[in-house]
Amino acid sequence: MANETDVQAGEPGKRYAFYPGCVSKGACKELKTSTELVAKHLGIQLDELREAACCGAGVTDDVNPEMTDALNARTLALAEQKGLTLLTQCSTCQGVLNKLNKEVQEDERKRDRLNEVLADTGYQYNGTIEVKHLLWVLVDDAEYGLTRLREQVKQPLDGLRVAAFYGCYLVRPSDLLGFDHPHRPTSLDELVTALGGEPVEYGGKTKCCGFPIQMMNPKNSFGMAGTHLADARDKGADTMVTPCPLCHLNLDARQPDAEGALQELGKGSGRLSMPVLHVPQLVALALGYDARQLGMATHIVSTDAVEGKVAAAGA
Amino acid sequence: MPEPITIRVKRFDPETDAESYWQDYTFEPPSEDSTLLDCINHIKWFIDGTLTYRMSCRSAICGSCAMRVNGGGQLVCNSQYRDHLDADNTITVEPAGNMPVVKDLVTDATGFWEKIRAVDPYIRSDREREAEGEHLMSPEDFSNIDDASTCIMCGACYSECASYEIDKNFLGPAALAKAQRVVHDTRDEEQGPRLARLSEYGGMWDCAHCFACVQACPKPVNPLYRIVDLRNEAHRRNFHDNNGSRHARGFVDIIEESGWLDEAKLPLKSVGSLKEFVTDLLPMGIRMGVKNKFRPNPMHLLPGRHHPPVPKMNEITKIIDKTKAADPADNE
Repeated sequence: MANETDVQAGEPGKRYAFYPGCVSKGACKELKTSTELVAKHLGIQLDELREAACCGAGVTDDVNPEMTDALNARTLALAEQKGLTLLTQCSTCQGVLNKLNKEVQEDERKRDRLNEVLADTGYQYNGTIEVKHLLWVLVDDAEYGLTRLREQVKQPLDGLRVAAFYGCYLVRPSDLLGFDHPHRPTSLDELVTALGGEPVEYGGKTKCCGFPIQMMNPKNSFGMAGTHLADARDKGADTMVTPCPLCHLNLDARQPDAEGALQELGKGSGRLSMPVLHVPQLVALALGYDARQLGMATHIVSTDAVEGKVAAAGA
Repeated sequence: MPEPITIRVKRFDPETDAESYWQDYTFEPPSEDSTLLDCINHIKWFIDGTLTYRMSCRSAICGSCAMRVNGGGQLVCNSQYRDHLDADNTITVEPAGNMPVVKDLVTDATGFWEKIRAVDPYIRSDREREAEGEHLMSPEDFSNIDDASTCIMCGACYSECASYEIDKNFLGPAALAKAQRVVHDTRDEEQGPRLARLSEYGGMWDCAHCFACVQACPKPVNPLYRIVDLRNEAHRRNFHDNNGSRHARGFVDIIEESGWLDEAKLPLKSVGSLKEFVTDLLPMGIRMGVKNKFRPNPMHLLPGRHHPPVPKMNEITKIIDKTKAADPADNE
C-alpha cells in the first residue's frame, strides 16, 4: 500500500466531504488507498465523514426504508454542516445518497419528516448540498476536470484497451442523476482517453454486474458478470475499469464463479482472465504510480498484464 | 423546415433474411415538434412501406409502440425526435429486447403475457358483496396501488430487465408490479399465499435492483419501487425464510450493531444452509483470504458485533430506535 512519503502532493484545491463507503474499508481497501493517493496528488482535499453510517446499499430499504432515509439524511446533514459537496467513490453510495438528496430537495414534507427523526440528535438537513462521485469530479471541469487531469498524466496508458463498466447506479434513473446518458454514457470513456488509453466498445457497459443477487440467485448473478466480462474480452479489452466496488467484487472476486456460470448457461467456456481496476487505480497508473502502491496485488484476477502494458508504453 | 435526420433501424424479415441488419433512413422530419413515432410513420408512409412496427394511440396509453431507442426501451410516441438525436443527428431504433423478433420492430410478447398471468392478476375474495354492492377503499389505501395501476403493459421494462435476460424463470418487472397492485388491494384476500409464492425462486428477490425498469417505464409504475413495496410487505408479514429476506434483515442488524457494514459477516447471515455456505461462500472466502482481501474471523459465526462501531454510534442508535417505532414488523 502507498506510503505517505511516496505520494507527490499537489497544490491544495477544492475541499470535499468524503464518504468512502463500507466496501472501501472492508473487501476493497485498495479503492480507498488509491482514491486518497490520487486526491493528494491532484490537490483534491478530502474531509472524511468518519461518523457517517452505511448508506444501506439499496438493501436496507427492503425492510426499513424509514431507517435508511433517516441515517442517510444524517450523512447529508454532516456534509451540509461543513458546507461541502459530498464526495463518493462507490456508485451504489452515490445512487442511494443522491436519490434521497433529490427527494428531500423536492419534497418538503419528506424533509420535515426526516428532520423530525433527526431532531433528537441535533441534526437538520436543509437540502443545500450536492452529492458527486469521484468519476464526475475527475471528468467535470467545474470540479477538478479532464483539462487539468490531462496535464498531470506522466505515464500515458498508450495502447491499453480499457472496457469502461458503468453499471447501474451512476446512470439510472437519469432524471435523478443527470450526469451521463442512461444508455450511452461517455464520462468513464472520456477519462480513459484523457489518460492516454483506448476505450473499448462492448455491449454490457451499462448493465447490472449481478452483485445484488449474489446471495439469492448465484447462477444468474455470476451469469451477468460473466456475460459482460466475456463481451469485453471478445472485443479485445486488456482490462475493465469500474466506478463501483460492489461491481468490482462481482467482476473480480467472483470471476472464477462467472467462468463456471457461463459454462453452465451454455454461453461458452474458457478463461476470462480479465483484470478489473477501480477508477482511481487507473488514474494513478497514468500519474506514474506503481501497482504495488495501489493494492492491485489484492485483486483476485492478476493485473500483471495491465502493469506490463503500461510499463511497455513508458519504455 | 427542420434539418434532415437519420433514423437507423434494425431490420429483420424472417422470410428473406438470415440475420438482422441496419438500414439508415435520412429525411426531413414532418415538423420541428414531431414525435419519434411521427418520424417512423413518415418513413413508412413516404419512404419505405415495408418497415414494420406496432403503433396505435399516439398518446402513450395503448402501450403498442415500445422499442429500443439509442439502446434503451421506451415508447416512441411520447417524446420528440429532437430529444434523441446524437452528435451525428442520428437516432438508433431497434426492436424491444428479451423477446423474439417477429419482423423489423415487431416482437412476440407471448413471454411477457405468460409472466403477467403467472402472478394471477385478479382480485380474489370469498366475501359476499356488501349490501350496497361495493367494496369501498379509502384514498389512503388506493394510494398504495395508484402507481402500479397506471401500467399500460407496453413491455418497455421487460425489454430491459437484466435479471430476466439471464434467467427466464424470473417473473420480471411488469408482472411483479402487477403482483404488488393486487397484493396491496384491500379487496384481495389472497395476500398470504401470493407473498409466499412471490418469495420463491424467480420472484421478488431475484430482482437485481438495476433501475433499468425505472428508466424504461413511461408511466409512474416504476416496477423496481413496486418490488421494494412487495419486499416491505413480505417483511411485515414475516415471509423470512429465504436468502433475500435474510440478507436484508442481516444487513439492518449489522448497521444496528456498528453503524456500518461488516462485509464478511453479511453472507453468513444470508445463506440458508450449510450446503450453500460450502458451495457458494467458502471458495470465495478462501480465494479472498489468500489474496489478503479480507481476514476470516471465526467469531463471525457467533452473534454480536465483530468490528468497531463508527464514531458517535449513540446518534445512529437513537435514530434507528426512533424509526423502529414506525416499523410494524418490529412491534409484533
